[in-house]
Amino acid sequence: MIRYLEKIGNNTLWILEDLGRMGSFLAFGLGGVFKRPFRFSAMIRQVRLIGADSFWVIFFIAGFTGMVLGLQGYYTLRKFGSEGALGSAVSLSLIRELGPVLTALMVTGRAGSAMCAEIGIMRNSEQLDALECMAIDPFRYLITPKFLATIISVPILTLFFNVVGIFGGYIAGCGLLGVNPGAYWSGMEQSVVNQDINMGIIKSFVFALVIVWVCAGRGYFVHVIRGAGFGAEGVSKVTTQAVVLSSIAILIWDYLLTAILL
Amino acid sequence: MSQAVIQFKDVVKAFGKQTILDRVNMTINSGKTTVIAGPSGQGKSVTMKLILGLLRPDSGEILVEGHDITTMRAKALNEVRTKFGVLFQGSALLDSLNVFANVALPLEERTKMGSEEIRERVLAILAQLGLTGHEEKYPAQLSGGMRKRVGLARALMLQPEIMLFDEPTTGLDPENTLEIYKLFLETQKKFGYTSIIVSHDIPKVFNLADQVIVINKGKLSTFASPEDIQQSDIPDIQAFVQYTMGKIYLSREME
Repeated sequence: MIRYLEKIGNNTLWILEDLGRMGSFLAFGLGGVFKRPFRFSAMIRQVRLIGADSFWVIFFIAGFTGMVLGLQGYYTLRKFGSEGALGSAVSLSLIRELGPVLTALMVTGRAGSAMCAEIGIMRNSEQLDALECMAIDPFRYLITPKFLATIISVPILTLFFNVVGIFGGYIAGCGLLGVNPGAYWSGMEQSVVNQDINMGIIKSFVFALVIVWVCAGRGYFVHVIRGAGFGAEGVSKVTTQAVVLSSIAILIWDYLLTAILL
Repeated sequence: MSQAVIQFKDVVKAFGKQTILDRVNMTINSGKTTVIAGPSGQGKSVTMKLILGLLRPDSGEILVEGHDITTMRAKALNEVRTKFGVLFQGSALLDSLNVFANVALPLEERTKMGSEEIRERVLAILAQLGLTGHEEKYPAQLSGGMRKRVGLARALMLQPEIMLFDEPTTGLDPENTLEIYKLFLETQKKFGYTSIIVSHDIPKVFNLADQVIVINKGKLSTFASPEDIQQSDIPDIQAFVQYTMGKIYLSREME
């Protein structure tokens, strides 16, 4: 019994310690913005890696997501004789929900995992220690540019996802199934309001912060994460953990933000 | 008489239930070479990280030039770190940067030098360490010995007062090992730094030492020469000597 309580206490302490570590990581990561000299070129490089290099992935996923929505929406709406509402159904689903969530999940899988592995390897090969020993703040040098680049890239990718997805829905609905194009576009125009767009953008900002916080943070603390192991195995386990945690956190935040913003 | 640059006062460091350093005291003097030796897993690297402020002790004081670094805030600690140069065991070069960028990094980040001056300085030190022509290569394209030399070049860029060498010859063949020791002697003569060498390469590394500190079971024992270690009456030290140096060893017979 005492051993059981000891185990619960021990795990609780570890969780609190981990939360504290991650909390200070977030504060230092964002605080790095105010430290000089600011590494603008490093941030631009990260925007390319996280944002621009995700262009084609987002393009295909958004396109096919929109087309599937067009197909599914068409057959569902036809039952009620309201195929004309396809434009509003596709655009609202994408702008409010699917755009921000799928973009965030894609960025987590593509850039978040790479970020976690890169920082984890740097930790294990003492590169982060070397930076500290040279009195170079690893947050200012390495982490903050990733924070800013993700916060810039994810909302832009989300908007791009929405646009491509809406065109995907148009191709499937109007091009293949014969929905009236005028009804598709006017339905979208009439039903989408600023509040919907704002909701999507707010979500994408929050998801961006979640991705970079969780993925970069897990990599940064790879050496102290319990049960992660060491070396390459440690980095691979922590990378998997970061992607899973980040994806779950995105879906939880999605629910919370929808409940608050609706 | 040389001054104490680093002092440990009753330092305790434990990880979980394992006590690595148990109320240890040591003094490292300015301009001298101190070798820290001991069996694996006894806390040599922990001692080095404590000196650099990368780890904080559970209790006790660590003084660098008289200032206790255990209670310092990050900014003050960074100031202290500017006195140090470190050659890591695996060289710890940033693997996304080429040789030139790695060596230029401390100058770019910590000084206001122009790019032309940085270029001159980097090329000069690379030439001095026999790395001319390798500026564009990435760490993954270099041999172990070359990586160490690039690491040494980077560590020396800001002319540190104290150099720490973490296992500088681990993983190197005898030729490269000798080369690193030669470079160590040359650069120490030129820059006059205080050096701390954490090493397994016993007894060879003792040739460089003004004092030797042996870590064993959480305690530190300081010796003035390899002969003193051999004459130690501490059973664990005797066992360590037998294992690493054999029964008879005199430093003057070394190469």
